[in-house]
Amino acid sequence: MTLVAALDDLTRQPGVRGALVVSAEDGLVVADALMEDVDGGAVAALTASLLRRMRGVAEVLGQASPQLVHLVGGEGSLLAAPAGAELLVVAIARPEANVGAIRLALKRAAERVS
Amino acid sequence: MDDIQALTLQLARDPSSLVFLPLAETLRRRGQLDAALTVALQGATRYPEMAGAWDLVARIRSDRGEGDLAFDAWTTVIRLDGDHLGAHKGLGFLAFRGGDHRRSLRYLQRAVELAPSDSAAQVALERVRELAGAQVVPGFPEPTIDPLKALEPDPGSALLVDREGRVLAGSVTRSDGEDAGDAVAAALAGVSREAERATRLLGLGGWARIGVEGEAANVEIRTPTPDTVLLMFRGGRVPPGRLILLADRAEQESRRWLEELR
Repeated sequence: MTLVAALDDLTRQPGVRGALVVSAEDGLVVADALMEDVDGGAVAALTASLLRRMRGVAEVLGQASPQLVHLVGGEGSLLAAPAGAELLVVAIARPEANVGAIRLALKRAAERVS
Repeated sequence: MDDIQALTLQLARDPSSLVFLPLAETLRRRGQLDAALTVALQGATRYPEMAGAWDLVARIRSDRGEGDLAFDAWTTVIRLDGDHLGAHKGLGFLAFRGGDHRRSLRYLQRAVELAPSDSAAQVALERVRELAGAQVVPGFPEPTIDPLKALEPDPGSALLVDREGRVLAGSVTRSDGEDAGDAVAAALAGVSREAERATRLLGLGGWARIGVEGEAANVEIRTPTPDTVLLMFRGGRVPPGRLILLADRAEQESRRWLEELR
């Protein structure tokens, strides 16, 4: 299965504007399936940076690395989950999207990618 | 003829006179609270814009153990005269008696500001601070009550920090029992800026929250005000949805507390 195919289930969820596989270390796009208005490079870089910071917070709390991070804004949200040690799967969703369903699809995609 | 008889006669001769004030006060001091209340209410009804009349009604109500009615009367006093010392002291006392230490502190602090030489207000303020565990918070002049303490049955799982990564309220204890407040505060220092930058660049609007799910614990991060960050965490047995509701409440309390301080 290609990496893009692994994102199919995720991008089919209503309200999802795009999904990506991102390199966790350097924040570069590895594979993507995005709507035209989504800047994949920016999503990848910002997500990797946010995940690093959340790992730092988890570490000082004495917890293991995060399994899922959900950044919520007034006009949409970003969800990210690690896929193995080196990759992240990321989804960008509209505000009205079903976050519960996207969360499950994201975890399934992360398992396929890893 | 004693004071009460003399004042009663005077009031009977001129019902519109202000003699109802010393008469009701004398009756109150002698413990004749029913009579005192009748006189004070008649006077307050005649002079509804007189803060002193409602203050007297409130003090009599308070002596009668009618806290809710005393509260209403003192609230009327504050509406008529926002700087009424007696009303601030009275409301501070009522709030303390009702267990609302934060509100009590607010009224008593105002009372001390209005009358710095009022030793009774000063003593009451110190007492409330001591009982409520008020502490000095970076950037704020007066000791204050931690807003997260009341919400946290198990302290050590919520923290409010400022932009510079200084702890404002709450505490964080790691699962090994170690205090991690300062380390978490430092780790959170740049989170708000980073989240704001990410949501702005990605067209997601202003950031509202970050949820972090882990193997053993879930974390919620909020921004009660643009220059503060709130973190709350719970063990993995607490579902993420419930943690969101708890964090909603902590965020609201933190915001209210910060607004009061400022």
